[in-house]
Amino acid sequence: MIYLDNSATTKPYPEVMDTYQTVSEQYFANPSSLHSLGGKSEHLLTRSREQAAALLGIEPNEIVFTSGGTEGNNLAIKGAAFAYRNRGRHLITTAIEHASAGNAFAQLEELGFEVTYLPVNTDGRVSFNEFVNAYREDTILVSMMHVNNEVGTIQPIKQIGKFLKQKPKTVFHVDNVQGFSKVPLHLMESGIDLCTISGHKIHGPKGTGILYVRKGTQLSPLFAGGGQEHQLRSGTENLPGICGMVKALRMTLENEREGIDHLTKLQKQLFDGLAHIDGAVIHTPQQLSAPSIVNVSLLGIKSEVLVHALEKNEIYVSTKSACSSKESGASGILTAMGISDQEAEQAIRISMAYETTESDLDVFLQTLTEKVGQLKTVMR
Amino acid sequence: MIYDYLVVRFGEITLKGKNKKQFVVKLENDVREKLRRFPQAEIKRHFDDLEIKLNNEKSADVLAVLKKVFGIQNISPAIKVGTDLNEIRAGVLRVAEQEKGAQTFKIAARRKDKRYPIHGSELNQELGGDVLKHCDWLSVDVHNPDLMIRVEVGYHEARIYGKEVIGVGGLPVGTSGKVMLLLSGGIDSPVAAYLTAKRGALIEAIHFQSPPYTSDRAKQKVMDLSNKLREFGGKFVLHLVPFTNAQVAIRDAVPEDYRITIMRRLMFRIAEKTAVKRGALALATGESLGQVASQTLESMNTINAVTNLPILRPLITMDKIDIAKIAKQIDTYEISIRPYEDCCTIFLPKAPRTRPDRIHAERFERKLAVDALVNEAVEGIETIVIDNDSNQDAVSELL
Repeated sequence: MIYLDNSATTKPYPEVMDTYQTVSEQYFANPSSLHSLGGKSEHLLTRSREQAAALLGIEPNEIVFTSGGTEGNNLAIKGAAFAYRNRGRHLITTAIEHASAGNAFAQLEELGFEVTYLPVNTDGRVSFNEFVNAYREDTILVSMMHVNNEVGTIQPIKQIGKFLKQKPKTVFHVDNVQGFSKVPLHLMESGIDLCTISGHKIHGPKGTGILYVRKGTQLSPLFAGGGQEHQLRSGTENLPGICGMVKALRMTLENEREGIDHLTKLQKQLFDGLAHIDGAVIHTPQQLSAPSIVNVSLLGIKSEVLVHALEKNEIYVSTKSACSSKESGASGILTAMGISDQEAEQAIRISMAYETTESDLDVFLQTLTEKVGQLKTVMR
Repeated sequence: MIYDYLVVRFGEITLKGKNKKQFVVKLENDVREKLRRFPQAEIKRHFDDLEIKLNNEKSADVLAVLKKVFGIQNISPAIKVGTDLNEIRAGVLRVAEQEKGAQTFKIAARRKDKRYPIHGSELNQELGGDVLKHCDWLSVDVHNPDLMIRVEVGYHEARIYGKEVIGVGGLPVGTSGKVMLLLSGGIDSPVAAYLTAKRGALIEAIHFQSPPYTSDRAKQKVMDLSNKLREFGGKFVLHLVPFTNAQVAIRDAVPEDYRITIMRRLMFRIAEKTAVKRGALALATGESLGQVASQTLESMNTINAVTNLPILRPLITMDKIDIAKIAKQIDTYEISIRPYEDCCTIFLPKAPRTRPDRIHAERFERKLAVDALVNEAVEGIETIVIDNDSNQDAVSELL
């Protein structure tokens, strides 16, 4: 099997699953229970939080454990909008956000907030100048992804963060679900107040995530309840998931430097290899993109057909974001980049992990060449 | 970063006359211990300073560790060049260009080697002129410069220093001897531990627990606090005293308003015995004058009467708000505010006596088997050593 859909989800590390199982069996007590069994669970939760904080270079009380990227984005965006609604009603985001952010903004619009959706250029990147023009005195929240999930484009987070550092009344949220461990991002130096990370994108268990909430940032919680996670996220803690994710976080960051170098080589291998395939048009920019993603259209072949053709050889790629792939129609970001609907419907996303090998890609490129040849003959 | 050295300067140690060497050697050992996780860093002791050659270790990370070592007055990043004037000039320019963000500067050059042909003041002029010529964003301010570039010309080499970082000060841990600290788990006592350790004391802590009235979480809290305090000392010894029987006996025999006074008197007796056993020459507490009923002068007078050991009270004149500020700085605050019962909050009288006296206290104690209770508690002590490795507790392998 060659798994090239790592932006959709990753395979958990075996060590992570060991932790998940051990914690489920031995630390099943509720961390909020008063008895000593609960105390053991609470201790483990505290240690997990401390380790995650140390790994991310932040304070333990700046970590909110969530159920993943979707919850993190919703809590950050709606939570900040509600908490600061008396300060202003204007929000800024981009036209190419993940559904969990984009639809949260749509809900906020229905509730009377005004949202500016920044357009992107042909690389899929917003312009800093357009951002500055959109910024107003009553802008209470700026939210954008660090790395685009379909194309891999990196947004000018540092530049925007530097600008917003001078604007203490505006909260800056970054969706770093795709960027984490692929493109280094320093939370403090980049002026970020809120940052979403997902566990299952870094070989952790599903249903886990972290929302970084910078000290002093107010959020209105989405769930009413027992007040867990510093009153921000009620509900009994998913301790096996949290421990598994924190372990995955450590294992991933221990390999980060070599991992990114390795991905960069793999991406170049793909860029070079795809250039030799007839009708391949690469949408991922060569500069300022995450090394883990390559998005390419194979002209004349509908992406869905290609996905199924490749799966016959146990090679797994995807059409667009898994979260929106069941809706018909072309990808939002590719259209936003000015690519025609037809070409966008022929795009596949190849997404890699640290464990992807060069020979995986050799086999993939060769198989792809064959399939493209066959499908073109059939479809002609 | 251009700097390949960190130069660590001592504070008060330099005033210690003939004992100086002993203090410096202790500090050097502390620094070596703390920098163990930076295997590349080389440490060399000089007469006036410790020189740390970074060898590619990240200067910011090493600095963060050094900033917590007691006995260090300040730390300067530095580069080393030959004593040739041209080399010094080039070095000064490198430092000036590195420290972006400064608008004004001053050169402070000094010859350690008095045979060096150029005097300090001449060097200042020469080097300052260079910087003015090459760095157009900088102007001279001799009184209050953003950037002070210090140059020290030695016998074989010259050091050029970047921006100085202030250390925590104090004396190297252990140079003042051992102190037994009463650690409750509240906000104050960890701060008292920190301030006492800062003056060179090696701290051992004694904590009273009364299961089942106090829980495992209260114990964990004290362990977590000890682990924080360990960062300043390197090793931390914690004595856990079983105190339930004593507390129950006090509840049954002593009038309600004197319970706290008598309880504190028992605690001090137990702490004294433990101190003598462990070779500690003083007790320390987190008391602050007038903060609560047991911390009025009358209370302290009555409670203090049971021991002849000196009792250090580093917080005695401090306001709660200032104590909390330090607790936040040393990262114990968040642990201290965890809401578990400790032995001081159980059997709490409705109205404790704020002005107790020795005569009454002694009379009430006659109804108690004081010696037996104290001995029982001391014999039941569980001693835990918290060192670097005990951070690797059972849960570590899960994470």
